[in-house]
Amino acid sequence: MTSTTEQFADLSATTLLRFATAGSVDDGKSTLVGRLLHDSKSVLTDQLEAVEAVSAQRGQDTPDLALLTDGLRAEREQGITIDVAYRYFATARRRFILADTPGHVQYTRNMVTGASTADLAVVLVDARNGVIEQTRRHAAVAALLRVPHVVLAVNKMDLVGYEEAVFAKIAEEFTAYASDLGVPEITAIPISALAGDNVVEPSAHMDWYGGPTVLEHLETVPVSHDLTACPARFPVQYVIRPQTAEHPDYRGYAGQIASGVLRVGEAVTVLPSGRTSVIEGIDALGESVDIAWAPQSVTLRLADDIDISRGDLIAPSSNPPATTQDVVATVCHVADQPLAVGARVLLKHTTRTVKAIVKEIPSRLTLDDLSQHPDPGQLVANDIGRVVVRTAEPLALDAYADSRRTGSFLLIDPADGTTLAAGMAGESFASQARTVTPADEEGWDF
Amino acid sequence: MTATVAHVHEGTDAPYALSHLDALESEAVHIFREVAGEFEKPVILFSGGKDSIVMLHLALKAFAPAPVPFTLLHVDTGHNFPEVLDYRDRAVAKHNLRLHVASVQEYIDAGKLRERPDGVRNPLQTVPLTEAIQQLRFDAVFGGGRRDEEKARAKERVFSLRDEFSQWDPRRQRPELWQLYNGRHAPGEHVRVFPLSNWTELDVWQYIAREGIELPEIYFAHEREVFQRNGMWLTAGEWGGPNEGETSETRLIRYRTVGDMSCTGAVDSDAATLDAVITEIAASRLTERGATRADDKMSEAAMEDRKREGYF
Repeated sequence: MTSTTEQFADLSATTLLRFATAGSVDDGKSTLVGRLLHDSKSVLTDQLEAVEAVSAQRGQDTPDLALLTDGLRAEREQGITIDVAYRYFATARRRFILADTPGHVQYTRNMVTGASTADLAVVLVDARNGVIEQTRRHAAVAALLRVPHVVLAVNKMDLVGYEEAVFAKIAEEFTAYASDLGVPEITAIPISALAGDNVVEPSAHMDWYGGPTVLEHLETVPVSHDLTACPARFPVQYVIRPQTAEHPDYRGYAGQIASGVLRVGEAVTVLPSGRTSVIEGIDALGESVDIAWAPQSVTLRLADDIDISRGDLIAPSSNPPATTQDVVATVCHVADQPLAVGARVLLKHTTRTVKAIVKEIPSRLTLDDLSQHPDPGQLVANDIGRVVVRTAEPLALDAYADSRRTGSFLLIDPADGTTLAAGMAGESFASQARTVTPADEEGWDF
Repeated sequence: MTATVAHVHEGTDAPYALSHLDALESEAVHIFREVAGEFEKPVILFSGGKDSIVMLHLALKAFAPAPVPFTLLHVDTGHNFPEVLDYRDRAVAKHNLRLHVASVQEYIDAGKLRERPDGVRNPLQTVPLTEAIQQLRFDAVFGGGRRDEEKARAKERVFSLRDEFSQWDPRRQRPELWQLYNGRHAPGEHVRVFPLSNWTELDVWQYIAREGIELPEIYFAHEREVFQRNGMWLTAGEWGGPNEGETSETRLIRYRTVGDMSCTGAVDSDAATLDAVITEIAASRLTERGATRADDKMSEAAMEDRKREGYF
């Protein structure tokens, strides 16, 4: 065992990549995750010993790496995975947060959950089966959630003789399909999770492949987009007013910058009121700065004493979002109880929660072939559909295509607090055919 | 106005990249502020251990220059390390905070809890904790739990809804989408909130080093009278050891986690400084809990079972 000390000598300046995995039950997702954790030396001795002990107790010859990730009693008893789990590992170059999403019957809501915060999604395909319905669903969800990077991992290459032609055909078919959906960047990698080919170590069996291993790609893919290109958005979370002898007049607006860059001296507009002021100071968790950017948590001080409270949005006066009470969006229904036309719900957008009513459900999407079914009347668990929602108060809502943070919302059942649906405002990829151009890519945000 | 350049990291791909510690800090602060904005009566579980110390530090930064708008709650097992209790009280006094203490010893003395034959008190914390939450009507309870600690915790949400019995039901968790945390709950229910969910043990230590946060001395190498039980080096003392057949000896050790003395093991270590501790952890082939927690070894699902009952 080599020491990892030098790897961690100075990690404070490394970046963080959040990624999600998607794959159906037999694609080898657990093996890939196990392999990534194991070969990057992120599985520690006592964890491995625990897995070995349980595997031996069950009479298995080799340690079952899936036990590393299936943590709950019910999961082990039934051999299923419940809901998303988050895993952590690190290399010298980067820290990773992996949203490990189960490929089970509840796939859509689970993958939506995992993909909502992901900078990258790994879609797994069995080389013997190629692109199947489930693969298209995964690609569609990644496109819908606007995950900036998609990796197609063509697994079980060992079972197809490591043949280039098999890989090339699958990669081509997937890339064409996903590009049509608007996925901006696709990287296809031939792997064998079981044998360890091209996961962490380059494969000795596929000389024809000149690209990166999965881990190498994860380590080098850019996580930060040029946020100066996006207009700044600052949802106000909390008003800080110490009212102490030391700070009798301090009044700061605390929040996390959702997108863009804010500078001292910038003219800003507060929505939905439309009042204007100028940024007088930015306090970045205790130190005064003159510039701050997403996703920093900061506190803004404005030149004028205007009425601002939680739920308001501060934006540059040169580029504020429009406000609306009529939200047109794509939603993924995540609850067991259905969502019907006429339902009275709560809508949580950034830091603002408002009453709302579902006016229309114009269509439900079939992910398998991306066909639209008009007027379904209601959406049930795992459905994706278009909705029109009327809110009781105006919202400063961006299109999800422009900002994942200020274009997303939740629909909540006011009776019991259940999260009903994950919403994405504006046009959906499915509502109009689009092709990717360099100009499109600039608008992607996380 | 010197901070601008300090946040731009060489070798990253954009001028506006955040380091992983800055990203984790920013996310945790966002979570603290969400709770302050949405709940009536939040409380921070504060044990004087490193994770709760980091939580308090983040809360202080999140609301500066105003005071932290939360009280603290400590479940005192009665077998806590004196250095840690001392740290706890100094932190409370320094930041002018309000501390509630729920005492396992009082429950035992009143006959409401019975000492276990093995003397391990960690599982006994659940009742005083859940009763304190009910009696004091806390609606949000911050815990320092991290998902990297244990595989049941890997399934935990940042906002984790608990019923009136404080129970965790992994099948009934709300999906957590984007950074939109849903904290709605019925009267009697509450939400457990884990701002350090996405931090690892190493992140916590690196952050402590970066921020210059003071810790109780037992985290650093020192000589201590210890004895071995179930493969753990436990502190000798009146709480219950060594027993017959167990012999104590003086060893150079430190603690990787801080909990009840009956089930928190020390590790052999000469790491006397933050840098030395970070080097040691980075090279360690044992997880934090695997190395030092006897109660997690009781069964394969020990943590899950305790969480279901209301443990944090």
